[in-house]
Amino acid sequence: MCACRCGIRVHLVDGQVRYIDGNPNHPLNRGVICAKGSSGIMKQYSPARLTRPLLRKSGAERGAGEFEEISWERAFELLAERLARIRAADPKKFALFTGRDQMQALTGLFARQFGTPNYAAHGGFCSVNMAAGMIYTIGGSFWEFGGPDLDRAKLFVMIGTAEDHHSNPLKIAISKFKRRGGRFVSINPVRTGYSAVADEWVPIRPGTDGALLLAILHELVAAGLYDREFLVRYTNAGQLVNVDEASDGFGLLVSEPGKAEPVPEYPRNMLWWDRHSNGPVPTHQEGADPYLFGEFALGDGARVKPAFQLLEERLRQYTAEWAEGITGVPAATIRRLAHEMGITARDERIELPIPWTDCWGREHETVTGNPVAFHAMRGLAAHSNGFQTIRALAILMSLLGTIDRPGGFRHKAPFPRAIPPAAKTPRGPEGVRPDAPLAGLALGWPASPEDLFVDADGGPVRIDKAFSWEYPLAVHGLMHNVITNAWRGDPYRIDTLLVFMANMAWNSTMNTVEVRKMLNDRDEDGEYRIPFLVVCDAFHSEMSAFADLLLPDTTYLERHDVMSMLDRPISEFDGPVDAVRIPVVPPTGECKPFQDVLIELGSRLKLPAFTHPDGSRRYRDYPDFIVNFETEPGSGIGFLAGWRGKGGEKYMKGEPNPRQWEMYAQNDCVFHHRLPPSYQYMRNWNRGYMEWAQRVRIRRYSDPVLVQIYSDVLARFRRAATGRGGGRRPPAHLRDRVATYFDPLPFYYAPLEVQVTDTRNYPLAAITQRPMAMYHSWDSQNAWLRQIHAHNYLFVNPRTARLQGIEDGDWIWVESQWGRVRCMCRHSEAVEAGTVWTWNAIGKAAGAWALAPDANESRKGFLLNHLITEELPIASDGGRLSNSDPVTGQAGWYDVRVRIAKAAPGEPHETWPQFAPMRTFPGMATVRRLWQAYVAGGDAKGGP
Amino acid sequence: MTQLALVIDLNVCVGCQACVTSCKEWNTSGIAGYLSDDRPYDADPTGTFFNRVQTFEVGEYPNTQTVHFPKSCLHCEDPPCVPVCPTGASYKRVEDGIVLVDYDKCIGCKYCSWACPYGVREVDEHQKVMKKCTLCVDRIHDRSLPRAERRPACVMACPTNARLFGDVHDPDSEVSVAIRERGGYQLMPEWGTHPANHYLPRRRTQITIQPEELVRADNPLKVDGKLPKPALKEPALDDVTSW
Amino acid sequence: MHPAFSVIFLTTLIGAGQGLFLALYTVELYSLFDLLPEQESRTFYAPGAAIALGLLALGLLASFFHLGRPERGWRAAARWRTSWLSREVIVLPAFMAAVAAYWLVHWAGWREPRFAPAAGLEVTPSAAIGAAATVLAFALYLCTGMIYACIRFLQEWASPLTVINYLLLGGASGFTLATAFAGYSAPALVPFLGGWAAVLTGIALVTRAASLVRNARLRPKSTLQTAIGVKHPRIVQTAQGFMGGSFNTREFFHGRTRAFVRAIKWTFLVLVFPVPVALLGAGIAAGSAALLALAFAAQYVGLLAERWFFFAQANHPQNLYYQAIA
Ligand SMILES: Nc1nc2c(c(=O)[nH]1)N[C@H]1C(S)=C(S)[C@@H](COP(=O)(O)OP(=O)(O)OC[C@H]3O[C@@H](n4cnc5c(=O)[nH]c(N)nc54)[C@H](O)[C@@H]3O)O[C@H]1N2
Ligand SMILES: Nc1nc2c(c(=O)[nH]1)N[C@H]1C(S)=C(S)[C@@H](COP(=O)(O)OP(=O)(O)OC[C@H]3O[C@@H](n4cnc5c(=O)[nH]c(N)nc54)[C@H](O)[C@@H]3O)O[C@H]1N2
Ligand code: SF4
Ligand code: SF4
Ligand code: SF4
Ligand code: SF4
Ligand code: SF4
Ligand SMILES: [Mo]
Repeated sequence: MCACRCGIRVHLVDGQVRYIDGNPNHPLNRGVICAKGSSGIMKQYSPARLTRPLLRKSGAERGAGEFEEISWERAFELLAERLARIRAADPKKFALFTGRDQMQALTGLFARQFGTPNYAAHGGFCSVNMAAGMIYTIGGSFWEFGGPDLDRAKLFVMIGTAEDHHSNPLKIAISKFKRRGGRFVSINPVRTGYSAVADEWVPIRPGTDGALLLAILHELVAAGLYDREFLVRYTNAGQLVNVDEASDGFGLLVSEPGKAEPVPEYPRNMLWWDRHSNGPVPTHQEGADPYLFGEFALGDGARVKPAFQLLEERLRQYTAEWAEGITGVPAATIRRLAHEMGITARDERIELPIPWTDCWGREHETVTGNPVAFHAMRGLAAHSNGFQTIRALAILMSLLGTIDRPGGFRHKAPFPRAIPPAAKTPRGPEGVRPDAPLAGLALGWPASPEDLFVDADGGPVRIDKAFSWEYPLAVHGLMHNVITNAWRGDPYRIDTLLVFMANMAWNSTMNTVEVRKMLNDRDEDGEYRIPFLVVCDAFHSEMSAFADLLLPDTTYLERHDVMSMLDRPISEFDGPVDAVRIPVVPPTGECKPFQDVLIELGSRLKLPAFTHPDGSRRYRDYPDFIVNFETEPGSGIGFLAGWRGKGGEKYMKGEPNPRQWEMYAQNDCVFHHRLPPSYQYMRNWNRGYMEWAQRVRIRRYSDPVLVQIYSDVLARFRRAATGRGGGRRPPAHLRDRVATYFDPLPFYYAPLEVQVTDTRNYPLAAITQRPMAMYHSWDSQNAWLRQIHAHNYLFVNPRTARLQGIEDGDWIWVESQWGRVRCMCRHSEAVEAGTVWTWNAIGKAAGAWALAPDANESRKGFLLNHLITEELPIASDGGRLSNSDPVTGQAGWYDVRVRIAKAAPGEPHETWPQFAPMRTFPGMATVRRLWQAYVAGGDAKGGP
Repeated sequence: MTQLALVIDLNVCVGCQACVTSCKEWNTSGIAGYLSDDRPYDADPTGTFFNRVQTFEVGEYPNTQTVHFPKSCLHCEDPPCVPVCPTGASYKRVEDGIVLVDYDKCIGCKYCSWACPYGVREVDEHQKVMKKCTLCVDRIHDRSLPRAERRPACVMACPTNARLFGDVHDPDSEVSVAIRERGGYQLMPEWGTHPANHYLPRRRTQITIQPEELVRADNPLKVDGKLPKPALKEPALDDVTSW
Repeated sequence: MHPAFSVIFLTTLIGAGQGLFLALYTVELYSLFDLLPEQESRTFYAPGAAIALGLLALGLLASFFHLGRPERGWRAAARWRTSWLSREVIVLPAFMAAVAAYWLVHWAGWREPRFAPAAGLEVTPSAAIGAAATVLAFALYLCTGMIYACIRFLQEWASPLTVINYLLLGGASGFTLATAFAGYSAPALVPFLGGWAAVLTGIALVTRAASLVRNARLRPKSTLQTAIGVKHPRIVQTAQGFMGGSFNTREFFHGRTRAFVRAIKWTFLVLVFPVPVALLGAGIAAGSAALLALAFAAQYVGLLAERWFFFAQANHPQNLYYQAIA
């Protein structure tokens, strides 16, 4: 259901759900289940379910929630007709943005086939910094891509994580880890949830982790507590960087002169300065050992330094005392943490008797592990300095020698990937052509400015300006700016916006009040600025009210789903895993799986991937598509990796198997391929693994993936911004920005919003956390879960609160530069004194989610997003740029600074702002107002 | 004599509430009758639950501990709620020590709830009888379930395995061992109710670093000449002392 | 505790009913020994007993409002061996039956002695029935009081004073009622009954005050430390696990401000003790039955407040677990 994707078993009585429990055979959750999963019944039978396709009544205001019921046929006609028109004229006028779904492979395919570049999922407002910062450094990341090996770790440092995607597996792991006697440190401004059970809580000021990590790095380098062997062989620490400003190659890694690169996209012929011969040698030359420190001159006179020397120089300024002033963490604690990490990594080393061969042919008798594991999530990611902070973390993990090693960080298939991964967008507007698929992917991984998706003037091609000079590595797009950009017509206006599974009128939008206005704003001639809005939702969300066409989706219990290797599979450390969902109850009302909707539309629009050359439909429905689709005809690669081949005898790659669904069903809906132990570790540099991965087409090349202590990719952008290299250059007003933030070495800067905030006036950082018992905005319709979180408070350190005369339970105003909310205060000793926080998305618009207009969610609950801006006045030309990381476009949710004040005595005890109550839509079940008692099989008893 | 019980490990409970809703879910259509919810979609929703997870803050910033604290009927060995019940609806089973309410006998007088110091009994406002944790009697003795699943719903659900289930009278059971070895304790021991459920306290793991561990012969800085040996010619104490 | 009106009415009504019966029977005993003038069965004892019976019936009726499943109320007699509530459920009807019988013999006028247990001591049926009823009345006070006093977690209640107060306050209100009743039906008895009413009220004041003093000095045996088993001087709850309330927040909290509770305390201290005594005095002095009736009314209202306060003051240890929502 949610992004964790646990295996569940649904028990029915007379066709109704009696009980949902965890599937004990599922590799992810091994039988356990969370609060939301156990409350699935109340989602399935929620009165907030949408059950009919709805069209905004002609003449009704958008957003007023006045709909007429229409048939699916009518909906398809309407959509197909409109979309065909757009596709023939200018496909980019259709934008498809999707939220927390698990079918980006399909939605992405649809967008690409349609020909629009305007496609992205939630990643940009979620955690793209985590993905990009890590993948551009170590070729993998946390999140679904990899994680801490807590089975073997001795020290576990968790940074900025409240609940996370991998929530049940992480909980299982943390508990085992603690019981084994592991030491668990949590770095977080707030102590709840996981942090509560940490052995040490390190409260930190939000947005300052970069400083902490750099200071830890400083200590490690100064004390020599780094794994030199690891750095030398598996990272580019020993590679020489051109530091000669006069030289052409200034800022780049130096490559072996005159040697052809086998794969030009991934140059690998770099140089070391050998300690023995005291001269430059190709990296990994047998017998050679590079200097990590020093400065040398090459034959042509160019001055070079090992990357590690540059890192050391960078780190000199970042002392523990310096970091104390920024982070609020005492210098002694910083030093102690560094020592704990370094000494545990060095002295608690694990040697597993697993022989393996590295990519350079050296045989290793054992797999070594330095048992210090990290995990980090949006506490690092959701800041506009997150990319560099996360680079610092990845480098810290590398210095400790913990990458894809036992007890450290472990990859999950299909990771590690090349740095950067091969997928690319088109490079310019010519990639978007009428009636043709997009000439590339809508989302890709730029390796250099040449890979940007910009026009001749360096202007953006995408509506969200991803892959432009504003956010060059916006690998997940910037969904949080779509509505504002489309409304303003900057870079252009669009015609139809299709939003799937995202509540863009509420919690996945910043500046919510204004964005809601934009959604139904009209231009001078009375036309809506965003002319047609299609929403596919399963529930009565705030967003659904703004739909012109509302498509009722099925729930996860009613449809087929795949957790695909092409998307975000559920792989384990020991090998690739993918999984499926199989419907257990029939669709409610006329709900239709969105996958089927896309396949229907693709067929009607005659998109090549969905039709035969003669224009006839290729796939009956989604299950049929899953079985028979291949990425290229005959490629043998499809959405599911298990039971491929005619009779299900192959895996990863093989012909379509008509009985694939059945075989998944017989195997707990999971395909799990366990790699031999010698392929399970050191995969970035493991020849056996790489060859296997190449054979099963996880990877194109079998090159080693060297950790990028010094990022050549970033250096390329910086060179472009400083006029080197002769390629594409940023427009003048963005040059400084690119030159500053594309630093090939990690550095600390205050988040962009803080840079433009008078912090004396707005002294407090305001952040949110996910409650474990709620999924974003959509669990308030759940009669059980909403009893646990009916409304929310702002948690404030009592000392901070009392400075303003605010007592526990008082009504207060919270104000940022961008907006204000009224809410209730709860004193808490478990929050850093300069931070205030609340549970995310508990507050609701009145009447939404089939709740009564006076429900706690809207009267006492509040949404922090009203205080957060989607744009900052930071562009050097006086314009506004997204409130996002300047490298990746990651939304800077946790950068806002606020002040608090007690509400006046006469003020109503009600949150502010309030919205006109949403009405219920046709087709929704009547709400049980007085009481209900659920009994499966029997009717849910209860009063009206 | 068997005394089944839960042992709750506060050292790993992260307050996720899975035990709360899995309990509700299992029990609402179970043999024990529904668990109703009032105002399910209106202001101040409220309902009957057998298990609640609470949060306490211990200490003062920055030395704060946040304690997530699950609580359901503790199946006291000497349950004060039982003798006070005028109808005999509340009873303690001899065979496994579970304290139960017979919904067919209960008159909803609430007296037993007054006699429970732990606040774990709840009247169902619509069935009008007293309810509380049954220790999932309808699961744990159900022979049609695989052995591994004859455990309470909340125990099966708990992602951190913070909820152990077993016979606290059997000294070799997992729960008895945990109580013995990890400092298991009872709530409000002052009342002599002898709760069968126990709690395991927080434990703190620390790493102690000796200063000499920071200086090591194999310091990698030496390889790069960053911790150079002093030159032989540099002044030394040897040159000046004599005795 | 949350004061439930059913229980407030139950205990005050039956308390007064028991007291009224005891007053009637006292008069009968006194007159048996010629210490008081003989009273008419039909105009005094029978209507008096009927009133007592009426109060008891009303109390019983009120008690049903406390039950979720009143139709199963009969089951409550099952556990008399262990449950004071069960005992009350047995004793109350038994007492009512005895009072009914008492009413019957008086109403039927069966006054001649029917047997003589000892020479020279002839016992009338009403005396015998009255004696049995008296025993039951005391038993009932004991049961009612013990229902509360036996719950050791409720430290405010767990004291013999609880039983004594039930007895004395019930007795006082019954005698006050009897005085008022006599004011209409047997004015000659007014000074006697009024005197006893005042005496009982006075003693009740002492014992009730004693329990107030005791309760004010109580140190809760349970603390957050023992409740969750964490030894630290500063523990604060931030979330009780639900936000819209539950049985545990509705049943065990009075939900009123301290000031309100204090006001109720003073209300009952005034209405239960000085006011009725003064009114009794005034009524006797002025020979006004209406003032006597007013004395009872004031005392009864005061007792409602007293009972409310009795519940509100009891601080259940479970409340430690229900302190904050978030
Ligand atoms: N139950 C539940 N699970 C979910 C979700 C849900 O809604 N509900 N959502 C899913 C989704 S979409 C996502 S993206 C993941 C996100 O999973 P998390 O990243 O765990 O989510 P957040 O709740 O944003 O947690 C951010 C944490 O970082 C801390 N923090 C904030 N700023 C800083 C900082 O500057 N430094 C440090 N060190 N810490 C900081 C906050 O206090 C908080 O604890 O969760 C997923 N899992
Ligand atoms: N202040 C603040 N804001 C945040 C965050 C934060 O930490 N703080 N976190 C951000 C992050 S990381 C994320 S990922 C976003 C999440 O933001 P959203 O993606 O908007 O998340 P949801 O609220 O889960 O909205 C999902 C929508 O999908 C609908 N839905 C649920 N199930 C189905 C289904 O089966 N089919 C269809 N079609 N629809 C369904 C729901 O009804 C809901 O309307 O929020 C972001 N916003
Ligand atoms: S974490 Fe997500 S997938 Fe797993 S049980 Fe909970 S809701 Fe379901
Ligand atoms: S916890 Fe309460 S309800 Fe459970 S057995 Fe003990 S006294 Fe009875
Ligand atoms: S509420 Fe039911 S179980 Fe409790 S004492 Fe009364 S009859 Fe017994
Ligand atoms: S044992 Fe069963 S009834 Fe008791 S709390 Fe756990 S799930 Fe609920
Ligand atoms: S399910 Fe386990 S971890 Fe979660 S609140 Fe309950 S006991 Fe704690
Ligand atoms: Mo997210």
